[in-house]
Amino acid sequence: MGRYASLVWKNAIRNRRRTLLTITSLGFSLCLLGLMMAIYYALYLSDTPPAQALRLATRNKVSITLPMPGYYLQRIEKTPGVREAMPWQWFQGVYKDERDPNNFFARFGVDAKKLFLIQSEIRLPEEQKQAFIADRRGCIIGKKVSEKHGLRVGDRLTIKGDIYPMDLELNIHGVYDSTMGSDTLFFHWDYVKENRSLPKEYTDVYSSISILVETPESVPTVIAAIDDQFRSSSVQTRTETERAFALGFLNMMGNIKAILLSVCAAVTFTILLVSANTMAMSVRERVREVGILKTLGFKPGAILGIVLCESMLIAALGAVVGYGLATVLCGMIRQGPAFSSEIANLSIQPFVMVAMLLSALAIALLSAFVPAWTASRVPILDALRHSD
Amino acid sequence: MAIPLTYNLRNLAVRKGTTLMTALGIGLTVAVMLTTMALVAGLQGVFSETGNPLHVLVMRKGSTSELVSTVTRPLFQEVKMKAGIAKSKSGDPLASLEMIEMVNLPSVDNPDGSNITIRGLLPAGLEMRDYIRLQSGRWFQPGKPELVIGKSVAARFPDAQIGRKIRLARNDWEVVGVMDAANTAANSEMFADLNQLAAESNRTEALSSILIRAVDPVAVAALVQNLESDRKLNVFAQTEAAYYESQSSSGALFEYLGMFVAAIMAVGSAFAAMNTMYAAVARRAKEIGTLRVLGFSRTAILTSFLVESLALAFAGGLLGILLVLPLNGVTTGITGNTFSEVAFHFRVTPPIMLKGILFALVLGAVGGLFPAGNAARKEILAALREA
Repeated sequence: MGRYASLVWKNAIRNRRRTLLTITSLGFSLCLLGLMMAIYYALYLSDTPPAQALRLATRNKVSITLPMPGYYLQRIEKTPGVREAMPWQWFQGVYKDERDPNNFFARFGVDAKKLFLIQSEIRLPEEQKQAFIADRRGCIIGKKVSEKHGLRVGDRLTIKGDIYPMDLELNIHGVYDSTMGSDTLFFHWDYVKENRSLPKEYTDVYSSISILVETPESVPTVIAAIDDQFRSSSVQTRTETERAFALGFLNMMGNIKAILLSVCAAVTFTILLVSANTMAMSVRERVREVGILKTLGFKPGAILGIVLCESMLIAALGAVVGYGLATVLCGMIRQGPAFSSEIANLSIQPFVMVAMLLSALAIALLSAFVPAWTASRVPILDALRHSD
Repeated sequence: MAIPLTYNLRNLAVRKGTTLMTALGIGLTVAVMLTTMALVAGLQGVFSETGNPLHVLVMRKGSTSELVSTVTRPLFQEVKMKAGIAKSKSGDPLASLEMIEMVNLPSVDNPDGSNITIRGLLPAGLEMRDYIRLQSGRWFQPGKPELVIGKSVAARFPDAQIGRKIRLARNDWEVVGVMDAANTAANSEMFADLNQLAAESNRTEALSSILIRAVDPVAVAALVQNLESDRKLNVFAQTEAAYYESQSSSGALFEYLGMFVAAIMAVGSAFAAMNTMYAAVARRAKEIGTLRVLGFSRTAILTSFLVESLALAFAGGLLGILLVLPLNGVTTGITGNTFSEVAFHFRVTPPIMLKGILFALVLGAVGGLFPAGNAARKEILAALREA
């Protein structure tokens, strides 16, 4: 096979412009395919990071907008297998002006002491952490929030309440970074809870509770234990892994899986067309050469192999270009708004890289097979007589 | 003098394999773009058709959606007394105090569950929404845990069917009717008696919004002005139409994603078209020489090849339209700003098809320009001598 390598290479570069155009065209399509596969992999196939695998979330079974009674928190804390549980309360609210969607970022009310135990990915200097814990009106913000809104440690900010009829006047004590994304503000839920002017419908209920379990193996039993103890209560709960909880939000936006798969299908088909077209053109213009090769004693199998290899070489080069482009795009996506921690950390994993290359090669084989087969079967005399 | 168009069309027909593959590549790119546009158009259609221009929606100041807004009963009494509100058949002001709840049920697209809006409303609220017809079953009775569901809910949520019970906060609620709300967002909602629903979720005082009908278009502006400037009320008033218009940004994420995919695919198919056209120029070098000998100018050659590329792309655009036409009318649902599913039909409208053709032609022009220039630059003798 090795002795044909130079022949394959020479054939591939005999029409440099065509090869270059094909590689570019395949590169762009494969970059898209790679990107969609990377997102699919990150959302549905990748392993849950070890810290996240220990976390669960509980909400009202009917819907996240309905609350759970306040005493559920203590009940959940006492459930065997649960190490910590804390409120994870969506405050929403308005920063500056509600009409500009750029002013939006997530604001969660939590238990500051437990936050760093449960969300162990959150990184910030120890003194900022302590300052936040010590101040009831303190908050910490993610790096992305800090950069986007020009907010720094020591600044104050006001979040006008919309769901809750109260405003938050918060002191920023820290700027954190986290592998789970850094576009959230965390504040003490006690700030809301201890507001005596609010009716109990706001202060003595939780809409979601974040839970840390002892071991990853205990997850299914803890989930069952929590939901079972409220099964006959008037408010039933739904407990799931934090990842399933987050994916649920993403899936609610629309049928993400179907969208990713249909884009993949459209792109794959396009690549198939581009590649088949190129190989058909390439083979068509050298029918006479094939005749000469045959005269020199090349077997049909060898000719088939040479053409297939050429197609695979071009597709592989396209995959390399596609990988490069996809890596750049992933970097851009990481800078954008994080819909989930998986998207915030998006990169082309080795698995996806291999999948990209293999699909490129498979498409190359499939698309080149007909022209290659025709070339290998053409009778010598016909081939030599052929004029294009 | 120009080279006749039939020359190009016959050339495309001779190389039908290549033509078809290139056109299909362009067609797929166009199809991705058109699918995105059809989705956004369908979604915007629902939101733009929802909302009577005479209706004014009142929410708490700072609220961007009914879901996060809170209004109280005393507030309702004050709003109801404002001047310029139309009267109902029974002579009361046409004003409905409403509340929004959610229930999460598995949908045909999302077995893990999607949110559905449940709207609790007063009899006036039903009277104001005169475009809603009962499709089957009956209306809910005040004081009973009963639901009337929109026809999209009935079609998309297997658990939501007449006779079935749906568990809300405490009790099982029976589905008693299905309503047809023309092409409005109410098709994706469930309606229930306000007081019953408020009691169910223990929110008897904190309700969501107030809908009022003005007597005439002039009174709409005056009412909005009056409510907004009343600092004691602390409310945000807008026309119902304006509110739903603002919800149509729910499709923005899909629009960005679709356009991004289409843009990248466009680069790929423009390069593929370029490849095809370069091959066409190379194959027909002798013909180009002959045409020049016959007296056709360089400009005529350039135009001819460009036209051929455009014709190829046009065919691609048509293929793209053919690919997305079956989507027209297909129902899907997405969850946007309102945090609950809104069902809509894909809409492949003539303006959208036209955009698809234009997009294809742009790809054809980009892909054809350099090869056509290459053809035009050929020297007569060299071209005739080429193999």
